[in-house]
Amino acid sequence: MSVPVHPEDKRMGIGVDPGKLLLFLGVLLVVVTVISLMVGRLRIPPGQIITILASRVYPFKQTWTPTLESVLFDVRIPRLLAGILVGAGLSVSGASFQGLFRNPLVSPHILGVSAGAGLGAALAILFFGNFAAVQLLSFVFGLLAVLMTYGLSTVYRTTPVLMLVLSGMIVGALFSAATSLLKYIADPVNNMPSIVFWLLGSLNNASNKDLLVVGPIIVIGTVVLLFIRWRINLLSMGEEDARALGVDTGRIRATIILCATMISAASVSIGGIIGWIGLVIPHIGRLLVGPDNKVLLPVATLVGAIYLVTVDVIARTAMETEIPIGILTALVGAPIFAYLLRKNRSGW
Amino acid sequence: MTALVTVDNLAYSYSGDMSRAVFTDVAFSVSPGDVFCLLGPNGTGKSTLLKCLSNVLQGWKGSVLLGGTRTPKMTPSALAKLIGYVPQNQVSAFPFLVKDIVVMGRAPHLNVFSSPNTGDVSIALRAMETVGILPLAERPCTTLSGGEWQLTLIARALAQEPRVMVLDEPTSHLDMGNQMKILGVVKGMAEEGLAIIMATHFPDHAFMVASEVAILNHGRMTLKGRPEAVLTDASMRETYGIDVKVLYIGEGVERKACFPSLSAFQAKVVGSLRSEEDR
Repeated sequence: MSVPVHPEDKRMGIGVDPGKLLLFLGVLLVVVTVISLMVGRLRIPPGQIITILASRVYPFKQTWTPTLESVLFDVRIPRLLAGILVGAGLSVSGASFQGLFRNPLVSPHILGVSAGAGLGAALAILFFGNFAAVQLLSFVFGLLAVLMTYGLSTVYRTTPVLMLVLSGMIVGALFSAATSLLKYIADPVNNMPSIVFWLLGSLNNASNKDLLVVGPIIVIGTVVLLFIRWRINLLSMGEEDARALGVDTGRIRATIILCATMISAASVSIGGIIGWIGLVIPHIGRLLVGPDNKVLLPVATLVGAIYLVTVDVIARTAMETEIPIGILTALVGAPIFAYLLRKNRSGW
Repeated sequence: MTALVTVDNLAYSYSGDMSRAVFTDVAFSVSPGDVFCLLGPNGTGKSTLLKCLSNVLQGWKGSVLLGGTRTPKMTPSALAKLIGYVPQNQVSAFPFLVKDIVVMGRAPHLNVFSSPNTGDVSIALRAMETVGILPLAERPCTTLSGGEWQLTLIARALAQEPRVMVLDEPTSHLDMGNQMKILGVVKGMAEEGLAIIMATHFPDHAFMVASEVAILNHGRMTLKGRPEAVLTDASMRETYGIDVKVLYIGEGVERKACFPSLSAFQAKVVGSLRSEEDR
């Protein structure tokens, strides 16, 4: 059945075939991956990267220094993978939350996960002072905050989605205040800078060991969200419509919150608080392919990975010292967002 | 014909406390091809009643039988394959294309992990053609008029391929032309064998399409029966608190129609808007 064309039609997205766009984004991800592995204080040419990688499988004669190999395997690759995982995970969580909460201005942090993780990290820095404790406590407190938000939202018998947002604000404020208190009483020479730096976000500390734990959490969460992505369309029509269409809204909502929270908490535990990804990337995705989550979520996943890897390259090469990535994502994200707001007059 | 939907002793309370129920003791049945119209003043629970039937609200008391099965015994998707629900409000946070919204009606036929395939899309396109909105398929829903939105939601419900269609005030907020367009679609769906349950604020619309009318007022179903029997001067006065003349119109119309009177309220306003000095 053919559909007549109307002047109002085809305003969604840029009109590119989604399959081709995904292919293009895949190629772009490979390109930024190679650049990310190349650049840094020690420049490694692409040919050498391939040789070193291949040498793990084929017994090539070693023509490079052990330092170079160590930089590649112990620093650059984990950092690259962390960038891909965190960027993709936060973007897909953001897009899912925007659908769930029926609001394009929602980020994955809306239920208090980052406020909770911030407090966990601050506590760990003050009382334990080692990075493993920071990771563990930030993850646990991130989950704890969302659990509190979820629990609080069920106390009232009214619109669940609205209560979740309000509860998220309450819990977030509580945890942020506690973090501020810790910053205030922390030793201003050592502890306070660590807390502040951690809160600004960095992929500098990502190691292979961490990725073994955190990676699967982010991958599983992302895959589950990608699998249920069409159901998110249904939820975004509102609780009542979704129920009338036979959707078990409570279960889908809980699944989305669980996945997005695990992803965000895991991301925060390796990278600190990296804002703006989960908010801005879904909008870039909608600009490219329109609001249908069936197409949007895969696109946002790839764009998020590309974006964070690129920003991380800038973070560690733009200046003599590394710029905290949370600052850059906001610095780059805010103008992009401002531009999108202007561009998107017809709606999201 | 045997009833497809049988509602008995239905009651609902938002707080769970049945002494403060929105309505109690509601009973009716609808057969395939019937149009059952629900009338009543604002806030008497017409929408609530329709939501209880469509699985939007749970926790009601009483029994709702659908094709002989009690609805609480069905899974949400099994129920959604039988009942299509057309909500009253028309908003979307995102500018989904009309065809993307209509294809959402395929949800009860798909498992949690899958997306609509080409077969689902062609069912959606057919539903759009049925209600006459195929030319809108590629239009963002944020650009639709009220009438177009209503037809989109009806098409979405049709894509569920249900046997019962529940519509919540489908003609409210529409101009006269769009009202007739919607009623025409409703009547056509009934002729195709769907059982229709529809809430409305227009007694005239009940005269046009209803095979049975019920009035919900003060938490009870006060009257039920054929439109000509239920919609009378007395029942309209009782329900809406105003003087209404229900007259038979010939002249090519050949049906009854309602003529409400302004006088009681007009008298209250006249003279009360000007301040003391003006007088």
